[in-house]
Amino acid sequence: MELVTLPSLMPTPTGAFPEVPLLALDTLWFQVSGTICNLRCQHCFISCGPDNHRLGMMSLEQVLGYLEEARDLGVREYYFTGGEPFMNRELVPMLAQALAQGPTSVLTNGVLIKAETAAKLRGLQDGSEYSFDLRISMDGYDAATNDPIRGAGTFERIMQGILRLAEAGLNPVITVTEALPDAQTREGRGRFLEFLRRAGLTQPRLKILPLLRMGAEAGRQRGYAPWESLAGAHLTEDELRALQCSSCRMVSAVGVHVCPILVDDPVGGMGRRLKDSLRPFALAHPACYTCKVDGLSCTT
Amino acid sequence: MHDLKAAPATLGKVAFFGGIYSNHLALEAAIRLARTRGVDAMWALGDFGAFGPHPDRSVELLMEHGVQAIQGNYEESLSTGAEDCHCGYTDPRDNHYAQISYDYTFEHTSDAYKRWMGTLPKAARLEVGGQRLRLCHGSPRQINEFLWASNTPTPFIERMLKDEDADLVVCTHTGIHWQRRDADGRGVVNVGALGRPPNDGTTNVWFAILSARPGGGVDVEFVPVHYEHGLLARQMAQEGLPQEFIETIETGWWTTCLEILPARERAAGRY
Ligand code: SF4
Ligand code: SF4
Repeated sequence: MELVTLPSLMPTPTGAFPEVPLLALDTLWFQVSGTICNLRCQHCFISCGPDNHRLGMMSLEQVLGYLEEARDLGVREYYFTGGEPFMNRELVPMLAQALAQGPTSVLTNGVLIKAETAAKLRGLQDGSEYSFDLRISMDGYDAATNDPIRGAGTFERIMQGILRLAEAGLNPVITVTEALPDAQTREGRGRFLEFLRRAGLTQPRLKILPLLRMGAEAGRQRGYAPWESLAGAHLTEDELRALQCSSCRMVSAVGVHVCPILVDDPVGGMGRRLKDSLRPFALAHPACYTCKVDGLSCTT
Repeated sequence: MHDLKAAPATLGKVAFFGGIYSNHLALEAAIRLARTRGVDAMWALGDFGAFGPHPDRSVELLMEHGVQAIQGNYEESLSTGAEDCHCGYTDPRDNHYAQISYDYTFEHTSDAYKRWMGTLPKAARLEVGGQRLRLCHGSPRQINEFLWASNTPTPFIERMLKDEDADLVVCTHTGIHWQRRDADGRGVVNVGALGRPPNDGTTNVWFAILSARPGGGVDVEFVPVHYEHGLLARQMAQEGLPQEFIETIETGWWTTCLEILPARERAAGRY
């Protein structure tokens, strides 16, 4: 018989938290709709929903200000997220300016994408020399697997959003979390790609994301345990480089955050302007454990 | 490591070969073309092996014709006995094919050539037309970083040139040639690859010639290379290389390593 250590019996690590330097500011994230979302997913790590106004909408002016600072700092790429970014009425002009200075992605649940929106997005794509990516999250190949997590009727509405984009000649990346057990195997990946091909995407692209045990997800499964910590850990140079916080920052209506994960926790706050945030960060949050162990990066 | 501080050689016309991926037939044709064009020097920017057949033949051509070279991720991996090519792919299917290609190349590259690869620098500097060139495989900061046209924006290039104290970064690694330069001609030139066509449905491959303008500055010319691709496909089949690789040589469409492509480059291809 094999002896198994139960997670609850794992020792709690002690010691100083490793620090990650900002090696280069390559990726800038915009939390354009704060924590406001038209859905209320069971696994949302920042518990977004229609009535969560903890972080509010960013104004066009705020976004343009950060884009200007980003251009001077030589940022390579931009990501827009929320919440649901399409709830921000100024999203399209924000994207237009971002696309004028670098490749840009939007992370959305796809539900609000009408034919008219898709046509505007196509126009943005055609008007830029840089790549423009839409990324749509879903949690299964059918309503039976997706809807318990994302909400009743969402599967149909997400698929409609995907189809509208495909009809407009855009090829969204589909993101699935590990809440879908199939997502973790190579065969499961193949099945999902086949499903997307049948649904009308000729060049299906898929990204699998690990779950973060915080926000709503902490209630759906479990939160972080004390042993899930990087206290006392020593990270090699390559391991530090692999963490997205060595090359990214996020901005929201309230200022700059270290990364797109620690946006709803004061510990991730790094100041008002990007230039205030170009300093090292101590990996003291349990989510840092997921990044290190699962190799999580939120970029495509 | 190459001494980046030493005074760079000043040249008038230079040919740059990107990833060769063991396409010895295209390399031979490219060397011939470059000579006809009267270049002062030829440089190979790494990834001599991979994908194609008989990797030693490409190395022999480089040596025989005095092509100067820097390491790519392939030479770094082969010369250190690494388990994989460190190509930088993130998708399981891409990595599956990358491994087949690396294992074949590792097995068929002679030890002496692997040692020679280990002696090559990872970077070099040249001067052409008064512009300071910084040669690298992927990007100046990372041997396997992908610099694609659609994800290498001007502000990022300006930062790179400042960090490198250079006017032009000359690179490969992605397999598709492009350039982005400002009004003064400063920027990035990705010289493309000799190993396989740039995912555009044609069978020819590309390299670049940079030449000094009489009044100062650099002209960049991308040169198409037509070679016996049917013969290469037959050699690949004889060596038992995957049908997917052969299809790319015969059709000009990439069938593997697709997940790493940014949206714009992906949409331009068939798969
Ligand atoms: S996971 Fe995304 S779509 Fe779902 S509630 Fe959170 S922000 Fe909204
Ligand atoms: S959560 Fe991840 S990305 Fe954010 S600071 Fe921690 S390690 Fe870095």
